[in-house]
Amino acid sequence: MNHTELMNHVQENMVEKKEWPAFKAGDNVTVHYMIKEGNKERIQPFQGVVIQRRGKLATETFTVRKISGNIGVERIFPLHSPFIEKIVLNRRGVVRRARISYLRKLRGKKARIKEKRM
Amino acid sequence: MSGLIGKKVGMTSIYDASGKNIPCTVIEAGPCVITQVRTLENDGYEAIQMAFDEKKEKRTSKALKGHFAKAGTTPKKYVAEFSRFEKGHRKKFGDVLKADVFIEGEFIDVVGISKGKGFQGVVKRHGFAGVGQATHGQHNRLRAPGSLGASSWPSRVFKGMRMAGRTGGNRVKMINLLVMKIDPEKNLVVVKGSVPGPNGSYLILERWS
Repeated sequence: MNHTELMNHVQENMVEKKEWPAFKAGDNVTVHYMIKEGNKERIQPFQGVVIQRRGKLATETFTVRKISGNIGVERIFPLHSPFIEKIVLNRRGVVRRARISYLRKLRGKKARIKEKRM
Repeated sequence: MSGLIGKKVGMTSIYDASGKNIPCTVIEAGPCVITQVRTLENDGYEAIQMAFDEKKEKRTSKALKGHFAKAGTTPKKYVAEFSRFEKGHRKKFGDVLKADVFIEGEFIDVVGISKGKGFQGVVKRHGFAGVGQATHGQHNRLRAPGSLGASSWPSRVFKGMRMAGRTGGNRVKMINLLVMKIDPEKNLVVVKGSVPGPNGSYLILERWS
């Protein structure tokens, strides 16, 4: 076995992976993320547009952007983090790119993404 | 002591029980064949010689072919000696050692050759702080070493003064790396943290406890 095959073997068998609905850049998702405050644990939802997915297998991450008040907030989540309770796919978006960083420059009506009709 | 020869495969990350993301290195360790046992009577010291990684027969010299044939194995690429093997781990000539020499949760040392970095200045090579200010009259000495010593006495530069030069490519030992996972079937050892050298380089894994 070559190195790539061995790495894939490790990542597939030694790392616990989770099944989420298939989402990509442009989709609107809600990430239910577990937060520890002292001894208490609670689940915090984070809703926004997926800007990009990067990496592969066990180390894959995705970035979610939302507008909080008037300020853009971005958060990077590891896809297989044990702290993610669930990911809800709210809306599929029509975008032409895998990484929609241009969205950061846009505000208000221009920052809308067309919904993909199934 | 117990040990193995391995090859760096690459890095990834694993979540531990508390959910922390732990960076770790995957090492292909074994199967290693014991090709020679050095004894006090014959060689004046005690050690075990191990060989790892298949090598083409036509690329092997006749002398080495004979050496490997004696141990009843095919030619190997990398040969290393391990001294001070524990009694329980002392192996015989021709034995094959696999990744299950180690146990999950124990600490091992990993030896490798660090990546060569070429001719580097003192900031990268020795961790000097540099000048620290880009303003207040500084213009071209941001990463300079500063003074090398006093003047009329000793009128020379002391030996061992840390200066710029070839960096990396040294034998480096990482001590007390936690063994996160073991795959005896594929001979894989996953340790916490990084190990010296590029992917595909040879490593020596040691356990001293």
